[in-house]
Amino acid sequence: MKYMLQVIGFADATFPEGEGPTAEEFIGYQQALVGAGVHVDSGFLDDYQLATSVQVDRSGERIITNGPFPETREYLGGWIVIDVPDLDAALDWATRNPGAKYGRVEIRPVMG
Amino acid sequence: MEPRAAELVEAVFREERGRLIAALAARFGDLDLAEEVAQEAVEAALTRWPIDGVPEVPLAWLLTTARRRGVDRIRRQRAQAQRLAVWAAEVDRTGATFVPAHAGELPDERLTLFFTCCHPALPLEAQVALTLRFLAGMTTPEVAAALLVPVPTMQQRIVRAKRKITQTRIPFRMPDSEQLRSRLAAVLTVVYLLFAEGYASSEDEELIRTELSDEAIRLGRILHRLLPQEREVTGLLALMLLTDARRDARTGPDGVPISLEDQDRGRWDTDKIREGRSLVTQALAAPPAGPYAVQAAISALHDEAPDVTTTDWPQVVALYDVLLRLTPSPVVELNRAVAVAMRDGPAAGLDLIDRLAAAPELRGYHPLPAARADLLARLGRADEAAQAYRAALELVGNEPERIYLTRRLAALHT
Repeated sequence: MKYMLQVIGFADATFPEGEGPTAEEFIGYQQALVGAGVHVDSGFLDDYQLATSVQVDRSGERIITNGPFPETREYLGGWIVIDVPDLDAALDWATRNPGAKYGRVEIRPVMG
Repeated sequence: MEPRAAELVEAVFREERGRLIAALAARFGDLDLAEEVAQEAVEAALTRWPIDGVPEVPLAWLLTTARRRGVDRIRRQRAQAQRLAVWAAEVDRTGATFVPAHAGELPDERLTLFFTCCHPALPLEAQVALTLRFLAGMTTPEVAAALLVPVPTMQQRIVRAKRKITQTRIPFRMPDSEQLRSRLAAVLTVVYLLFAEGYASSEDEELIRTELSDEAIRLGRILHRLLPQEREVTGLLALMLLTDARRDARTGPDGVPISLEDQDRGRWDTDKIREGRSLVTQALAAPPAGPYAVQAAISALHDEAPDVTTTDWPQVVALYDVLLRLTPSPVVELNRAVAVAMRDGPAAGLDLIDRLAAAPELRGYHPLPAARADLLARLGRADEAAQAYRAALELVGNEPERIYLTRRLAALHT
């Protein structure tokens, strides 16, 4: 069963010196996923302030906008797709994701 | 159809429904399928038992029949070939030809089902509903009535929860040992919530609702049988028994609550008290004590005293201190303040309560002004007591409590 773990960050989060997220721990986590044979896909997203949106209106015209920049304080920082037997296993992996202690990790089954 | 066989099937099913559903859910990993084939097995029993006689182990017969139906169904549904593979693997692991001599030898999968129904990924209200539906063996309309929810709402709640279990694949298996404690705590929360719901019910709802307390105790007994070493399970069962022992005395014939002080202690259930006390002893046998065990111990101190003046209040206060360390909460502090008032006099208790009044969690909590009023009355400050009773009356939700407070208020001036 495939689950997507969405790593959600809090825009207003502040961390004491030396306690913030580091690239190393996320890389280490990803290596653990690969080592356990459950890693399917993953990606880190660049700064949410770089976001651009596109919508197509009824006349087929495309509308490009800068943002949106979350009035919501949460943003998607990255994703991981894992293949594990059940939700409890997915929860265990989500718990180990470093993002769980800086923000939260949202787990959704992948359809199909 | 012979009525006696029908009754027997009904009785077996009612009693063992939880076990049957649990075993089938564990086997097939699907609550809906488990329910459907369990129902088919019951129907088959209604036809077969009057002809063939009642099998020696009715539950085993129902289980075997239901399992076969389940396998047949899965075979018919080609799209679900994958599930059959899972099932086959299960059979390899457990052995399918096991024929027990009596029901006690059947594997009891109810613990697993408890963990599934009370999975923290489900909303608490759904956990409560599923536990009643699948472990207490109540029908959906019964669950709806017991929880004071319209039947369609309850149906939807259960359907949604089952959908989440299926689609996110919440497993039918024991949690890892690392997670066992916290997952067990979630199960105990649901059972205690059921008990409290039933216990707090008012007179007009009494009949269906007190059944909830009985169901909660029954579920507590099942858990205790399955996990005799888990002291918080023991503590919870003790707490429920020791609280429930006072059920008949806690309200008057008009349904209005009677304070602990004025209850006819001769009407307390001595069997429940005896059983509860022995369980408390087990639950507190070794440190660390858990919150349910401590609350049970407080309840035991009340239950063993002939009246409030001989209650061991210093010990009650000491236990509240322990409870506060385990689960800090303003409500516990309020209860402790009342015990302090009994130990050191109303002025000491009042002092503590006045300091608690600012806690945001207690805003709108009528027991606070009510307790305050009681203490002011005991201090002879009738006007202030009346004011506090009126404040409590403005906050109180249920009718019997309102009558109780109104009477206390009226008694001030007599």
